[in-house]
Parts: sequence; structure tokens; C-alpha cells
Amino acid sequence: MNLSPLELTINGILTLMILSFLYKDNPFYKFAEHLFVGVSAAYWMVQGVWQTLMPNLIARIFPGAVSSFLPDAVGKSPDYYFLIPAAFGLLLLTRLLPKGNWLSRWALAFVVGYAAGTNFVRYLQSDFVAQIRSTMVPLVVLKDSGGLDLGQSFSHLVLIVGVLSGLVYFFFSKEHKGTTGRISRVGIWILMVTFGASFGYTVMARISLLLGRMQSLRDWVEHLIGLF
Amino acid sequence: MKKTIPLLITFVVGLALILAIFIPPEPFHTMNREFSVYFDIIAVFAFILGGGNLIRVHGNKISRKKKDYKYSFVTLLGFFVTLFVGLLKIGGPPGIQGEVMASGSWFLFIFNAILTPLTATMFALLAFYVASASFRAFRAKTTEATILLLAGFIILLGRTFFGYYITSWLPDSLSFLEIPNLANWIMAWPNTAGQRAIVIGISLGVAATSLRIILGIERSYLGSGE
Repeated sequence: MNLSPLELTINGILTLMILSFLYKDNPFYKFAEHLFVGVSAAYWMVQGVWQTLMPNLIARIFPGAVSSFLPDAVGKSPDYYFLIPAAFGLLLLTRLLPKGNWLSRWALAFVVGYAAGTNFVRYLQSDFVAQIRSTMVPLVVLKDSGGLDLGQSFSHLVLIVGVLSGLVYFFFSKEHKGTTGRISRVGIWILMVTFGASFGYTVMARISLLLGRMQSLRDWVEHLIGLF
Repeated sequence: MKKTIPLLITFVVGLALILAIFIPPEPFHTMNREFSVYFDIIAVFAFILGGGNLIRVHGNKISRKKKDYKYSFVTLLGFFVTLFVGLLKIGGPPGIQGEVMASGSWFLFIFNAILTPLTATMFALLAFYVASASFRAFRAKTTEATILLLAGFIILLGRTFFGYYITSWLPDSLSFLEIPNLANWIMAWPNTAGQRAIVIGISLGVAATSLRIILGIERSYLGSGE
């Protein structure tokens, strides 16, 4: 990404302001933190308005009014069904009113009903049935030459035992004692490997972001040196 | 009125979306598609609600001169400037008819110069805290902590050149013990097994909660008031 000198300078100053928190909480950090809150709230609002509200709501209800700057609305006839989400959206805003804010529950009820209806099917299909299906792998894997593929067979064994023992660990209807306790202990070990791997990846991602910021600071310093 | 209608809306919408999977013909198919757009539209109103709430909270802070109220001016200034520039598409050719993130627009400038560095540095800051927290938490006192520590360490090393370098001397027959290969194996098998157990548990939880919500057993989202 090629940034202009002004962008590079603001970029560098704000990066240093945030990093100053590593020393202690200070006015520079607070300034950057508050700016971040304001700018990001407006950014997502603007994106929502131009990417969703204009093409999907305004252009459908009042196509003539926005056809000058929304090509998709040209020649379309009004679709008054979209007054329904508009009404729900406006009801949601009643939450800001001192009286009658209970009306926002209607909009919330639509959102929650939508999420419940789609997630019920989606999760059962992709995260339950599909995951179980993917776990049904052969325990004995043969090589193309005909011999036993020890590595692959062991990996499949780890997968099956790992999933089953992990599930036993999450099964709280039976006390984790005796055989159940031993299996659930293996489940804990597998989960610890998962958490360790996730932790490793999180640290890597954060360090990669930090390197990106350092590169950006280096570009800014090079630019400053170039000025003199 | 205050609770019955919301419960009814949730029931009808949730049930219609489940039925749409089992009854593909109209009107369920269209309903499924349109509801998704309705949801996106209401989500934008939620952003607007968030913006309104931000103004209210920081406006209150300023009017009551609460602690650090001066920073609330920064929040509100950043909010209104970004909103004004973005909604009117200032600076970008050809103005209101162009793209909101068009090259040369002030909105893109704010994104590049302010939002990107602030977001990235905020998250990058966590690298230091994760490192210091893990230093304290990852003392290999128990078997579980040792396994977690080892897995995290192998994954971290396996993604660096150093990880490759320290085990590159191993003969081909033992190449599976090379740290990058070990990291790949951990990611592909034990990690997948653990993730899968978690995901299966979550899916059952989501399905059960969804049913409870649709049937009106779970009502906490409506709040505690009448």
C-alpha cells in the first residue's frame, strides 16, 4: 500500500501514540484510543449506509430518488415489501428514546428469530453432521504399494480418539470417574494441544501485525530523513 | 403487547427459516432470501443506534464534566468528521456518484491514515501482553500445562526459519521429527480433533438454544422489564 507523506506521518504518529501505552497509560494513548472509537463507529456506519442501506433499502423503496447516484436503481419499480425492514430498523432506534423504547424489542425479536432459524439448520449441517462425517476415517490405511501406512494410520487414530475423548470431556451428565474419567483426561490433553496451537497462532498473528507497524514506522522515518 | 408480540415475531421468523430448508418451493425460498437482506438492513440500523448511543454517552460525559471528559471531544470530532466525509463522499471523483472508498476520497484518507494504524497497533499491542501473560501462566507445573506449552512452542517455532534450522540435520528417515513437520502434524491431527470436539459441542448448544428461543422458552434477550 503506497501512502502519501501526510498519510504516512499521521499513521506514524498514531502508531507511536498507541505504543506509548507499553510505558503506562498516558494522554497520548487516551487521545488515540478515543479517536479510534469515534472514527471506527462512523466508519462502519458509513459503510453500512452505502453498502447496504442505499442499494438494499432506499433504492428499492424510492428507486427514482437515488437513481442519479445508484445505477442499480435505474428503471426499477418500488418494492414496498422493504418497508417492513425499514419499520423494524426505525423501531430499533426507539431504544434511544426515554419512553417507548420497549418497541425496539420487536426489531430485536426479528434479529434473534432470524439468527435462531438460520443457525439451527446451519450449525447442525456444517458443524455437527459434517464434522462427524469427516471423523469417520479408516483406522488402517494402506500404501499404494500395499503395505501398512503407519504414519497415516496413527494420525487417523489420533483424530478419532481425540474427537471421542474430547466429547467425553464435554459430557457432564456422567461423573468423570473410572473409565469415563480416564477417557476425559485424554480429552483434556487433546484440548490442551488445541489451545496451545491456537495460542501459538494468535501470538504469530499479533507479532506479524507488530512487524507491519514497525515497517510502517520505518517508512515514515525514511521519509523524514529524506526531507532533510 | 410488550413481550407477546416479540415472542410471536421470533417464533414466526425462526420457524419460517427452518421450514424453508425442508420446503424449498415458494414462498419459503423467497422468504429465506429476503429475510437475509432484511437482517442486513436492520444490522445497519444497529450501527446507527450505536452511533446515537456514542453521541449520547460522550455528550453526557462532556455536559457533566466527568473524568477525562476532554477526550470525549476527540471521540465526537472523529465521529462527526468521518461521518460527514463518508456520507457526502467528499473528495473522491466523481463525488456522490462515485464509490465511498474511491481513490482520492477523504474517507479513504481517514481509513489509511487513522483507522488502519489504530486498529493494527491496538491488536499488535496484544503481542506484548500475550507474551508476558504466557510467561506467567505457562509454568509447566502440571501435565496439561506442559502439553499446552509444548504445542504452543512447537507451532511458534515451526513457523519460523529458526525452527527449520535447528532440526534440519535430522536424516530423511526421521524427517517427521523436524519442527516444521511436527507443527504441521499437530495442526492437521490433534488440533483438528480438539477443534472438532469443541465445534460438535457448540453446534449442539446452538441448536438447543435456537430451539429454546424459537419456542419462547429462552426470553432473556427481551430484557427483564415488563
